[in-house]
Amino acid sequence: MNVPTMASLFAENKQPEVLFWVGCAGSFDDRAKKITKAFVKILNKAGVSFAVLGTEEGCTGDPAKRAGNEFLFQMQAVTNIEVLNGYGVKKIVTACPHCFNTIKNEYPELGGNYEVVHHTQFLKQLLDEGKISLEGGTYKGKRITYHDPCYLGRANNVFEAPRELIQKLDAELVEMKNCRKRGLCCGAGGAQMFKEPEKGDKDVNIERTEQALETQPEIIAAACPFCNTMMTDGVKNKEKEASIAVLDVAELIANAEDL
Amino acid sequence: MEILPNILFAVALVVGIGFFARNIKKLIRNIKLGRKVEVDDNPAKRFKNMAMIALGQSKMVVRPIAGLMHIIVYVGFIIINIEVLEIIIDGLFGTHRIFASLGAFYDFLIASFEILALLVIVAVVIFWIRRNVIRLRRFIKPEMKGWPKTDANWILYIEFILMALFLTMNATDAKLQQLGALHYQEAGTFPISQFLLPLFDTMSIQTLIFIERTAWWLHILGILFFLNYLYYSKHLHILLAFPNTYYGKLRPQGQFENLDSVTKEVKLMLDPNADPFAAPADDAPPPEKFGASDVMDLTRVQLLNAYTCTECGRCTSECPANQTGKKLSPRKIMMDTRDRLEEVGQNINSNKGEFKADGKQLLDDYITREELWACTTCNACVEACPVSIDPLSIIMSMRQYLVMEQSAAPTELNNMMGNVENNGAPWPFNQMDRLNWTQES
Ligand code: SF4
Ligand code: SF4
Repeated sequence: MNVPTMASLFAENKQPEVLFWVGCAGSFDDRAKKITKAFVKILNKAGVSFAVLGTEEGCTGDPAKRAGNEFLFQMQAVTNIEVLNGYGVKKIVTACPHCFNTIKNEYPELGGNYEVVHHTQFLKQLLDEGKISLEGGTYKGKRITYHDPCYLGRANNVFEAPRELIQKLDAELVEMKNCRKRGLCCGAGGAQMFKEPEKGDKDVNIERTEQALETQPEIIAAACPFCNTMMTDGVKNKEKEASIAVLDVAELIANAEDL
Repeated sequence: MEILPNILFAVALVVGIGFFARNIKKLIRNIKLGRKVEVDDNPAKRFKNMAMIALGQSKMVVRPIAGLMHIIVYVGFIIINIEVLEIIIDGLFGTHRIFASLGAFYDFLIASFEILALLVIVAVVIFWIRRNVIRLRRFIKPEMKGWPKTDANWILYIEFILMALFLTMNATDAKLQQLGALHYQEAGTFPISQFLLPLFDTMSIQTLIFIERTAWWLHILGILFFLNYLYYSKHLHILLAFPNTYYGKLRPQGQFENLDSVTKEVKLMLDPNADPFAAPADDAPPPEKFGASDVMDLTRVQLLNAYTCTECGRCTSECPANQTGKKLSPRKIMMDTRDRLEEVGQNINSNKGEFKADGKQLLDDYITREELWACTTCNACVEACPVSIDPLSIIMSMRQYLVMEQSAAPTELNNMMGNVENNGAPWPFNQMDRLNWTQES
């Protein structure tokens, strides 16, 4: 795995085409780290010129903002923008819809203007440009249902890129009762990931997992590290982890390519 | 003697419209209690949204059955205004069916009104059944007890009665035309009310005129009553849906507002030349409150949202928190905001135009913290709303107040925020370990 940092490229006077924004989950969460690595393997294979910020990256401030701490959010944002602008970053790709949304939509007003794409959009682009090819062997004919992350789908209207990738794997894409614009939250957004849910009849991720299970999938595909955790917990709660895998779209592609 | 009805009519009209204007003034004053916001960007897009969503009902048809019936009632309501115009002219000048001179076109108009009136009656009956017999889930949530439920039914009854009066008026008119009664020239075709004619077969001309006049008067008085009922009802949306969709959010749903007041402070903190201990200038405005604890802290758009809410519950039925039995209901957030705003408005009315502190506020007295913290900010409510209301923005404003003014976030969130502040990640990991994943297999 070749993972250059902005600092090291900068020292060599080089500028990568795209900055890979790893995000906190992608850097620290054991499950999400696998997604990060899968994505990097694809970037390496496709020969994409990229770099990460590494230790210079800090939380985008999304969970702080949605918890109501606008102050902390803006402090994070301003600090990150300073680093990004310092390196003259133009294009950013990230596997986290929360980072994606925040940098794309909320940073510009604070002085951070970049072209921001989600990794599923980026992968779709690589595919269209012929830089990766998907034969799909491993997943041919498998029933895969796709969970729309709120901050990618409804919040930013990215619905098709992940679906097209899944279909390219020759898999059978089955839709849940709530999908696309009417997708149901996994329960992690709005900083809920970091606290116990309020009292209710059940947890949101269980409800969403039930919707997924109704489609009788072999795989639940996600495109967000937080959704991934919530759905994985849901599948475990239903004791279905032996028969149903929860995988990020990047992992599906990396697996299919045997990376 | 002849002109007495005309005078009475003019009085009724002036009183009806006068009351209405007074309420609208109150409404505007209340909305202006909110913070001013800049919403004059991109008028073209805003007009387009208004045309599509309010006029074109594009979001209603997401649920096809309710959507179709709603369109019938809506079109019926708009078209019937031509009829109302005729009634007003007739009423003021003592004419009868003044537009009759339009000839065949008039026949066509009356015929289409009648058909619509019947469709409206059918739709209203189905709406009533959905609320009272089938009891669709979103109509029987806790916030729908009492007035909200009564209000919804009242609207249906009034619409039913208005349509029934309209058909009765036409039927007796047709009969009088057949009998060649003085004043009742032949005009209009009556594809629906003709079926009512047998009811009136045995009646004398006097009785028929009495029924026709009564129906005519009740019809127009009913409309004036309905106009004034709006202010107290969820039915206000028939007017406010238009400005509300115009002022609706244009940015991507995921993009939340960056608070300017905070930006100023952050800039000051990071400015190496700023003196952190400098006393504020004497003429400096008092520091802005962060977030909202009462209606005056909300924006005018948020308050307009509250008055526009139709209490349809589409937001609540899509809300993941509500679906899993949590206390949060985005509809209730909107209803609470309107109720509190009305309470503040009453307070101002009875205190000669000034608000006297009443020891209450929107937070805690209406909306509980438990509701606010249950929101996942998923935007499902915003997407679902047929009139571009954004309940999430109110939830966020109130969370901002809780966190930035009161430091009253749940402990776990405080931990998370502490981590972000100290380690640049929501978990207690060292920033220097951010690249460890590259070394792990
Ligand atoms: S944004 Fe909040 S209130 Fe709206 S649907 Fe989602 S969880 Fe419910
Ligand atoms: S906020 Fe919108 S969707 Fe929710 S009840 Fe009011 S009108 Fe209906």
